[in-house]
Amino acid sequence: MYGFEALTFNIHGGYLEAIVRGHRSGLLTAADYNNLCQCETLEDIKMHLSATEYGPYLQNEPSPLHTTTIVEKCTLKLVDEYKHMLCQATEPLSTFLEYITYGHMIDNVVLIVTGTLHERDVNELLEKCHPLGMFDSIASLAVAQNMRELYRLVLVDTPLAPYFSECITSEDLDDMNIEIMRNTLYKAYLEDFYKFCKKLGGATAEIMSDLLAFEADRRAVNITINSIGTELTRDDRRKLYSNFGLLYPYGHEELAVCEDIDQVRAAMEKYPPYQSIFAKISYGESQMLDKAFYEEEVKRLCLAFEQQFHFAVFFAYVRLREQEIRNLMWISECVAQNQKSRVHDSVVFIF
Amino acid sequence: MAESGCCPPMDLFRSEPMQLVRLIIPVESSHLTVSYLGDLGFIQFKDLNAEKSPFQRTYATQIKRCGEMARKLRFFREQMKKVDVVPSTVPSERIDIDLDNLEVKLGELEAEMIEVNANNEKLQRSYNELLEYELILQKAGEFFYSAQSDAMAQQRETQERRTDEGSINSPLLLDQEMSTDSSKVVKLGFISGLVPRDKSMAFERILFRATRGNVLLKQGAVENPVTDPVLGEKVDKNVFVIFYSGERAKTKILKICEAFGANRYPFPDDLGKRGQMITEVSGSISELKATIDVGMLHRDSLLKNVSYHYEQWNLLVKKEKSIYHTLNMLSIDVTKKCLVAEGWSPIFASKQVQDALHRAALDSNSQVGSIFQVLHTRESPPTYFRTNKFNSAFQEIVDAYGVAKYQEANPGVYTIVTFPFLFAVMFGDWGHGICLLLGTLFFILREKKLSSQKLGDITEMTFGGRYVILLMSLFSIYTGLVYNEFFSVPFELFGRSAYACRGPSCSDSTTAGLIKVRDAYPFGVDPKWHGTRSELPFLNSLKMKMSILIGVAQMNLGIILSYFNAKFFKNSVNVWFQFVPQMLFLNCLFGYLSVLIIVKWCTGSKADLYHLMIYMFLSPTDDLGENQLFAGQKTLQIVLLLLALVAVPWMLLPKPFILKKQFQDRHQGQSYQLLQSADDSLEVDAHGSHDGHEEFEFSEVFVHQLIHTIEFVLGAVSNTASYLRLWALSLAHSELSTVFYEKVLLLAWGFNNVIILIVGIIVFICATVGVLLVMETLSAFLHALRLHWVEFQNKFYEGDGYKFHPFSFALMDEDDE
Repeated sequence: MYGFEALTFNIHGGYLEAIVRGHRSGLLTAADYNNLCQCETLEDIKMHLSATEYGPYLQNEPSPLHTTTIVEKCTLKLVDEYKHMLCQATEPLSTFLEYITYGHMIDNVVLIVTGTLHERDVNELLEKCHPLGMFDSIASLAVAQNMRELYRLVLVDTPLAPYFSECITSEDLDDMNIEIMRNTLYKAYLEDFYKFCKKLGGATAEIMSDLLAFEADRRAVNITINSIGTELTRDDRRKLYSNFGLLYPYGHEELAVCEDIDQVRAAMEKYPPYQSIFAKISYGESQMLDKAFYEEEVKRLCLAFEQQFHFAVFFAYVRLREQEIRNLMWISECVAQNQKSRVHDSVVFIF
Repeated sequence: MAESGCCPPMDLFRSEPMQLVRLIIPVESSHLTVSYLGDLGFIQFKDLNAEKSPFQRTYATQIKRCGEMARKLRFFREQMKKVDVVPSTVPSERIDIDLDNLEVKLGELEAEMIEVNANNEKLQRSYNELLEYELILQKAGEFFYSAQSDAMAQQRETQERRTDEGSINSPLLLDQEMSTDSSKVVKLGFISGLVPRDKSMAFERILFRATRGNVLLKQGAVENPVTDPVLGEKVDKNVFVIFYSGERAKTKILKICEAFGANRYPFPDDLGKRGQMITEVSGSISELKATIDVGMLHRDSLLKNVSYHYEQWNLLVKKEKSIYHTLNMLSIDVTKKCLVAEGWSPIFASKQVQDALHRAALDSNSQVGSIFQVLHTRESPPTYFRTNKFNSAFQEIVDAYGVAKYQEANPGVYTIVTFPFLFAVMFGDWGHGICLLLGTLFFILREKKLSSQKLGDITEMTFGGRYVILLMSLFSIYTGLVYNEFFSVPFELFGRSAYACRGPSCSDSTTAGLIKVRDAYPFGVDPKWHGTRSELPFLNSLKMKMSILIGVAQMNLGIILSYFNAKFFKNSVNVWFQFVPQMLFLNCLFGYLSVLIIVKWCTGSKADLYHLMIYMFLSPTDDLGENQLFAGQKTLQIVLLLLALVAVPWMLLPKPFILKKQFQDRHQGQSYQLLQSADDSLEVDAHGSHDGHEEFEFSEVFVHQLIHTIEFVLGAVSNTASYLRLWALSLAHSELSTVFYEKVLLLAWGFNNVIILIVGIIVFICATVGVLLVMETLSAFLHALRLHWVEFQNKFYEGDGYKFHPFSFALMDEDDE
């Protein structure tokens, strides 16, 4: 499986790998989080962050801060770093980097479509979109009335077009359909990304297939839990699972017929890696599952940095940074709403 | 050294003696005290609140306020940059403005500025909108006009041909007219506006898809970039007119326009109205323009006002911020009445520090003065050299390897001479030396001007090392004279050559044809050697031997410095079991070689020194034969060899055992002391130093000593060999310059052609500057650096100290730049 990619990797990828490892060392540490959790006001958070790499992004913010500003500026930093790396990247790394953003693109499309369905202002929606998943004609999504139009009008120009072929129906857009669309798109995206990574071969394929398999399995569990008690049929549910991952295919069969959370648990506990996740949460509880999954994901992402000469570090870095921004958002929200006792509920330490 | 009172103080030989001081400052005078100490710049404060996060500290709110003010100042700076107002560098008359007033003032100014900006922006926006509108009226007017003329032509054509087929070219307007003529009910609407040019293709595509092709889009490029009213930036734009039919199409098109940031403007149908609109719009444009100008003027005057004080305020805010940062490092007393500061300060400055404390107490009308205490500690103090602009660059060279341990012998002093000298040995050419000298003199003469401005990366570096380069060039002029090299041309500067031709037939320039007719050439290498067949063997032998002499001398200096270190730190073990055997070992082998070299030079003997050295080890008892230089040499060699052999176990064995014994003695003694003076031990513990309680691992110490011994023994050989790089680089330098001189300049000269000569001179100059002056300088610099860092400093230099970073306003500015 290992070729001689280590010999030639540095010709094109060495500079960027160094850059991304440098960025990684700028991630907040447990000590930073401990300090942040003790903050009394958002000003304190700003003060603490100004001593980190976020400093230049926050220093020019006038005083009454809002959580959204903090999150926005932190995201801006990620976007700047990502864009810099994308500018410097050559094939196939540039394609790989672009693949990382498709997930956000799907989320943005869904956000805009749902928003217009509920008659929200387009500009307001655009502000809420993740900047990594922006494309030129995203605003014109609002024009579309049904999936076919959505595809024909806008998405045909985007990289998402091939993923859409599976879910073109002329049904009107409603909440349920959009959610199904999101999951179908995600499934197609993950499978495509998986195939692409396999094609790259070497350590990239090895590590990325592990990370993507985890992602696919997590989505499968989430889809199952979210679809319990809805009118989604078992077959339809089965169709939304990605066709790879640890659970594929037998785990999917079991998940497809689950009717409550404990059945999901029973199905998942057959797989040792997930057993430990489910062991952390008590029976009948699904609230903490997200955090448990995030923690496991962060652990796996950190491990990606243990090997050299592969692309998975870029994926891992972007994901870790996103997790960090989620953490910051949670901390800031807790601080802003005086709910400091709940600060630790959802913060996932990275180091 | 320092203890002898006769000599002037030798600051650079050892770092300044430091003391740990504790200041107890009353709260009311703390701010002023820290500010005065910052002006003085002689105390490095310790962080006594390391466990507290930044926002939990006492003065966090003040720091936040300073940060906020700094942000406001940055805001003003940006605004000034936008309108090209430069903050006046000349400090205006010192107005004493304190922080609170400044904060209020800055707040007011910012609010005013924001309001002015908001107003201006609003005006600017409508102004830009009007400009766009005007553009539309013109451009779209052209569309309609051309369409109309097309239509006329078409009509004429149709009249001529009497056919009524609508060709693709027939404009829609015609259709419209015709349809109204023929009273059809289809009503065409149109929308006109501006769209950014880079989006125009996508815009057109989406429009086409959304309406299934049932639109007509006409676009025309606007030549000059248009200021976008929303973004406020110059953007290339296209004017478009969309013709559509039906209400649903209209809503779709409107949505798409919105999505693409296309600004729409109403466009009157008929010509008369259009003309009227144009005059209206241009009228309001000129009105708005006047209003905007007034607004701008107001803003400019506001900014000018700020720019007078900007630098002063900026400095004040920075100072205040650093003062509060420092105050945050002090621990606050339980009674909250005084602050306790701890920090390092050079002993010579204690008077000044006390003075500053006193002044601060007076100036702030504090009832209690600050208390200045000297603490005893076992912590290692920071290293502080009082350097000036001349020797700081040399100290930097040493510090780049490692900052000297506190009070350790400083190689920086010797580096001032040895570094340029070793460089010059490799760079010996007085022509090149003069070029370097001119270059560095340029920097030195314009020092005042250059030091105040920002330089490029490489220029900055050269400028910083200008005095190093000055000495390097002077020394290379000297060695160039010794080597008798001037761009590889020999000169008879110090009298006439000692050699001359035996007869008229010696034109082949070999030594064979030359005889010595005078006394030896008084200084340096005889010019006649140049170009002879035996030039290389002669110079090689000279330079090689010279390198060894220089190397042995410098290594001996290093070992002698280790003696002074041992003596200074009162470590007699190191003197007897490190310094003495090391001296013996090095000098028995390579010191002896140096002596041989000198003897050979003086006597002119033909002894083979390689052979001599090699057989000194292989068979010391053999007869020396023709290699004998002086009587009793054989016995001396055997004695030296034995001494060198004895020196190795001498270095290796005793020291670990003695250390072990010392440790045991000390350990026993300590258990007594702990009981007797409990207070002292508490004091020591409080400062967190547990040096006395370390474990003594004999095997570790022994292995450590073993490694050191092996390193020294092998190093003596390899380091001496390493000094041969002096010869190698000097050879390379002179050969390269010969090549450029002979193969480029002389060759070009030989053609007797002006153009070739000019080309040859240009190539020669480029090669000389690029290769000899730049690259060779760099490589000789690097090799000199290596010889200092590795061969010289490993004999004595620990380099595990840390630098003294005093809290000083003067340094703060430098950091910020």
